[in-house]
Amino acid sequence: MQIIKDKQIIDDSWRYISDDAELKAGNITVPLARWQQDKQQLLESDGPLGVRISATDSVADIAIDLKNLQLIELDFPSFADGRLFSQAWLLRRRYGYQGEIRAVGHYMPDQVFYLSRVGVNAFKPDEAERLTVELSHLNDFTVNYQESVN
Amino acid sequence: MYQYNDDDQTLVNERVAQFRRQTGQFLKGEITDDQFRALRLRNGLYIQTHAPMLRIAVPYGLLNSRQLRKIAHIARTYDKNYCHLTTRQNIQFNWPKLEQVPDILAELASVQMHAIQTSGNCIRNTTSDHLAGVCVDEIEDPRPYCEIIRQWSTLHPEFDFLPRKFKIAVSGALHDRAATQFHDIGLHLVKNDAGDIGFRVLVGGGLGRTPVIGQVIKPYLEKKYLLSYLEAILRIYNLFGRRDNMYKARIKILVKESGLENFAALVEQEWLLTKDTQVVSDGRIAALKMQFNAPAYEADAAQDNSFAQRQQENPAFALWVKHNTVAHKVSGYRAVFLSLKAPDAPPGDMTDAQLDTVADLADQYSFGEVRSTHRQNLIFADVKQAGLFPLWQQLDAIKLATPNIGTATDIICCPGLDFCSLANASTIGISKEINEALDNMDYLHDIGDVKINMSGCMNGCAHQSVGHIGVLGVDKKGVEWYQLTLGGSSENEAAIGERLGPAVAKNEVTRAITAILEVYVKQRLDDESFLDMVKRVGIDPFKEQVYANH
Repeated sequence: MQIIKDKQIIDDSWRYISDDAELKAGNITVPLARWQQDKQQLLESDGPLGVRISATDSVADIAIDLKNLQLIELDFPSFADGRLFSQAWLLRRRYGYQGEIRAVGHYMPDQVFYLSRVGVNAFKPDEAERLTVELSHLNDFTVNYQESVN
Repeated sequence: MYQYNDDDQTLVNERVAQFRRQTGQFLKGEITDDQFRALRLRNGLYIQTHAPMLRIAVPYGLLNSRQLRKIAHIARTYDKNYCHLTTRQNIQFNWPKLEQVPDILAELASVQMHAIQTSGNCIRNTTSDHLAGVCVDEIEDPRPYCEIIRQWSTLHPEFDFLPRKFKIAVSGALHDRAATQFHDIGLHLVKNDAGDIGFRVLVGGGLGRTPVIGQVIKPYLEKKYLLSYLEAILRIYNLFGRRDNMYKARIKILVKESGLENFAALVEQEWLLTKDTQVVSDGRIAALKMQFNAPAYEADAAQDNSFAQRQQENPAFALWVKHNTVAHKVSGYRAVFLSLKAPDAPPGDMTDAQLDTVADLADQYSFGEVRSTHRQNLIFADVKQAGLFPLWQQLDAIKLATPNIGTATDIICCPGLDFCSLANASTIGISKEINEALDNMDYLHDIGDVKINMSGCMNGCAHQSVGHIGVLGVDKKGVEWYQLTLGGSSENEAAIGERLGPAVAKNEVTRAITAILEVYVKQRLDDESFLDMVKRVGIDPFKEQVYANH
């Protein structure tokens, strides 16, 4: 499976471990609840770690953990739910997070430009055909009116 | 008037290209209905009863003659030769073809116009006082700040998918003509004790299903913090506004459910962390003020004697001057309302021919500029008094001089069941009936300032809940019924109208309104206005009369 990261199409090296699945070593992301529950165990395992947050989560809850996280996934329940745009902004601007922020789930290709402006630098579309589409949409606008992350 | 720079033009051009691409993808089946809906709404495009409806932005109501001619051209080429003015000072086309909308947007971009964010759950067109810059009661011209907000809110990456739509209005005068108390955010330019001018910020006002009067969240905000403070409110709303029920998703519900104090504390906490970002500099304000400089008024405009003489000779002209023009801050000038409420025309509609003539008249009499009002009329803001008589004659010839501004036939009216897919009841026909019933101008002028607002459904596009007389069309088992309210106002003494009683049948609405006006004429004290009398006596006397034979 491939993703877009920093305007490049690359292979995805991360694996998502849901709430009840067995933990594996290596590049894994877990839901926020799992992170909070198994934090010690996860920190002791090998390999980079990530957390997947949903629209109803608050990034403030992982603020102190950000130094240990290489990836934050924003899981869109629907493209109409704009909370994650503010969560991305908060991660970058309020908490100074430097790692990868990746959009996953039900965002739509036409949102990648806005997402990139609020600090999302990676996109994982459901279908491989969307990769080139989303890559080109990142360049929809060459000008903007307001400050954001980018 | 604000003129685009290269970046402004690039942005609207790129937006047109983006929407052209999106429309093409939709027509080829590459974008789902749901996704395209969200995208087209953010470009003002609704799918309506008969055809798509395209709402184009008129930022804070300002248009120049070149833009008007373009609107006329679009009405002729892509629509059925007319357009409709909305209560957000915008313009709507009711008959465009979906596949032609990208071309229409390209036409608009060529005259520095667009349809960005005129719909959808995002920050909408910022509205303002239609007499900004020329009225006699102004603290400061609000338009430079409207433009700052327009730019900031346009394609804002963080706030394009809000829980619900979001409306901002700015007023700079003592008299609130922008209904700022009924907006998600209302901004009032005010002077503090030190003599500095800043903003009083109101939040959580709104009309629609649950009308609420906005509350002061910040009594005084320094101008430089305008954007950081707006951003703080929007971020709190975006994060915490309800998304589980679209009828409870406006910021007014969040403010109500949290309590103003708690909501204000959240905003303050957010703002204190960001207040020094995107500071609005004095230099930027000064540069924008230059774009709204006063035109070259003639110093001797007040010397003219013909104006007084014409009024004496011609009572019809004098009547029009009295009702359709207002005082100007510059001696010898007046601001002129063009009434779009002629007896036989749907309220707020204009034909292509009228648009072209109005463009010519604007060039001739008012420095090439026109304004739209939230009561669905137009204004020439800067007409010298010597020009009023010939202007009146020419406006009369195109049926834009009905002397009814501010009277009971200057009705705010949504398109209703005839055009709108959301509507439950028709409105245009009733408005025509009311107009016919009140065709005696002497009687109409004797009644004076009565604002009738009529909406064809609960969404309340015509702001019926703040009409002095509000009319709301509802559907009961497939039959159109109309609820009446009395005593609403969107101005300084903001009030939500009180329900008069049971809804009346369609063929009873006009009779009910004339009955209400008869009670007023009989029971008013001296020169008491309709609204004042309703406040004094309550709704009972009106109720008795309206429901007397039922």
